[in-house]
Amino acid sequence: MTAAPETWLVLGASSAIARAFARAAAQDGADILLAGRDRADLDMTAADIAIRTGRRVQVMDFDATDLAGHAVLIEAAREAADGGTLNLFLAFGLMPNQSDIDRDPALALRAITVNYIGAVNLLQVAAPIFEAQRRGRIVALGSVAGDRGRLKNYVYGSAKAGLSVYLQGLRARLYRSGVTVTTVKPGFVDTAMTFGLPGLFLVASPESVARACLKAAKAGREELYVPFFWWGIMTIIRNIPERLFKRLNI
Amino acid sequence: MDLTGWGRVTVARSRACRPERQQELAAAVVEAAADGIIAFGGGRSYGDAALNSGGRVILTARLNRILSFDASTGEVVVEPGVTFRDLIEVFLPRGFMPPASPGTAFATIGGAVAADVHGKNHDRHGSFGDHVRWIDLLLADGTVRRVSPEADPNLFAATVGGMGLTGIMRAICFRMLPAAGTHVVVREERMRDLDAFLAAFARVRDTATFLVGWIDALATGTDTGRGILETAEFAPASDIAAGAPARARAVPFDLPGFVLNPWTVRAFNEFYFRRVPAGGRQRTVPFATFLYPLDAIHHWNRIYGRRGFYQFQCVLPDATAAAGLRHLLAEIGRARGASFLAVLKTLGREGRGHLSFPMRGFTLALDFPRRNGAEAMLRKLERITIENGGRVYLAKDALLSPESLRAMYPKIDKFKAVLARVDPHETFTSDLARRLGLKALRGRGGHA
Repeated sequence: MTAAPETWLVLGASSAIARAFARAAAQDGADILLAGRDRADLDMTAADIAIRTGRRVQVMDFDATDLAGHAVLIEAAREAADGGTLNLFLAFGLMPNQSDIDRDPALALRAITVNYIGAVNLLQVAAPIFEAQRRGRIVALGSVAGDRGRLKNYVYGSAKAGLSVYLQGLRARLYRSGVTVTTVKPGFVDTAMTFGLPGLFLVASPESVARACLKAAKAGREELYVPFFWWGIMTIIRNIPERLFKRLNI
Repeated sequence: MDLTGWGRVTVARSRACRPERQQELAAAVVEAAADGIIAFGGGRSYGDAALNSGGRVILTARLNRILSFDASTGEVVVEPGVTFRDLIEVFLPRGFMPPASPGTAFATIGGAVAADVHGKNHDRHGSFGDHVRWIDLLLADGTVRRVSPEADPNLFAATVGGMGLTGIMRAICFRMLPAAGTHVVVREERMRDLDAFLAAFARVRDTATFLVGWIDALATGTDTGRGILETAEFAPASDIAAGAPARARAVPFDLPGFVLNPWTVRAFNEFYFRRVPAGGRQRTVPFATFLYPLDAIHHWNRIYGRRGFYQFQCVLPDATAAAGLRHLLAEIGRARGASFLAVLKTLGREGRGHLSFPMRGFTLALDFPRRNGAEAMLRKLERITIENGGRVYLAKDALLSPESLRAMYPKIDKFKAVLARVDPHETFTSDLARRLGLKALRGRGGHA
């Protein structure tokens, strides 16, 4: 089979949203590179997508904390894209319980390393390739948790906030090369991260989030909340005065 | 988490987890073993087969990947949460169909093996378990065993149709059947009474690929057993009219109990019968529309209201079917338990599982809204089934007693012997297992 004109490198591909995104992108005609740590699991997802869609699907080893390995991975992905357009979907993340983090500072460092440093390093390594390619899409999963520091989730939130600002800059840089950078901020999504948590409402399916991500990427959108009404919710939350906000248990 | 069967008669509270990877599944079994576990797939068994009050439930929905496919043989390997809908979507355009299909495409393959489901082609192709090559079974001790008719025939026979009580299926290998198209030509004919119905079934069961009957369970007197017989064959590609498939609709909320009463159901049945012209009719429809008519209405179980409903399905052997069905229909007609969508079909042969439902004969399935007297009525139907040498389908059942189970399923002791061997500490258990005395352990759930 000849290479598709588009190839998506999906990072953190074992997660429910990433899996759904990979499936949706393949159904849309793209080849897929699945990158993550659980190779046995990724092999199964690769088989599934290949059988369902007939697209080429390859598996690559990726660990967000292995910063030295990022360049090797990106180079391998560029080769696998085989002259076609390489696109990135960043879905890796680590959301420990805030109370666990408060007991163990090392866990804070780990969350920051995966969610922020890992993502930034990877994108810094990839940026020149995108500039040379002069086209392509980058989608990164941010979080509504990055919109305001909250009692219940502030370390994870701060890493996602940092990532969000980083992506703004990267967007401006790559805009000059015709590459789009889309920051997606999912609200509650029905994933392993949220399964069984109390107090969730209007939970979105990973499939619907994945479809929204793909659509936004193809349209070159800058930022989007999924489901869309989280824009409204977060606007309210962002505008609560800090004097009051610090007293809230959210 | 609160879960119910499709009939929504009982609500079971249990701790649930939903693994997304095989590794997580294995870890979940080890972690939850002491509390007792059952797998929960599509939630389409009607009673308490996938419920485990006070214990643990492992949801298999996210283990839904197709792991391999051989286009030369139709052999496919899937995770347990893959649904019939997945199979139809992916493989029907490539000329393959699931070897047996229950009435809903939202059922999972794990569930299909556990209930050894049958479809509208049972006479010709048997039940789902007949096409299974092997099952990778995660056992109570945390090990995985590849179970096949060759490798461990007894464990295989206890897993096919075993209602999930031998372990959790990690992967299932089965053969699909060639499908000669994406659409079928459905021939519908009015059947004026039970004798005509049975005679027509006898005539077509050896030649038709698909056959199913809708029976008016409220018709009495000379109309007793009237209905519509549908037979279907794959349509030649040239006969297929292009057109967008109809969008699924949903029942948005529980209908109040009074909506379904003997008069509305009678009117519905009259309409449903007369819709087919006296001379019969023939239509070409998408295969999935024929196989899964009710999937067009999401949450159709809500029409029975908050209290839910029972579904009764039994099979009676050929020899006693005529008299037995007459007796069942008389009882149902007398009680006027509002029931529509009653289905009459033929089954061709015994399944491979110790607790497989099929046997050569006629199967009758119908819904009963849960209201006063429904349980007593179902017990009567149960007794008639036993008297006629038949059995009740465990995937539908919510009421059977251990004694009735023994009378219907002669291989029950073989089944229990396998459980004692592979799961001595009763790690896998369910509300159904406790109700039917398949698992003895006390202190779990509400009723031990």
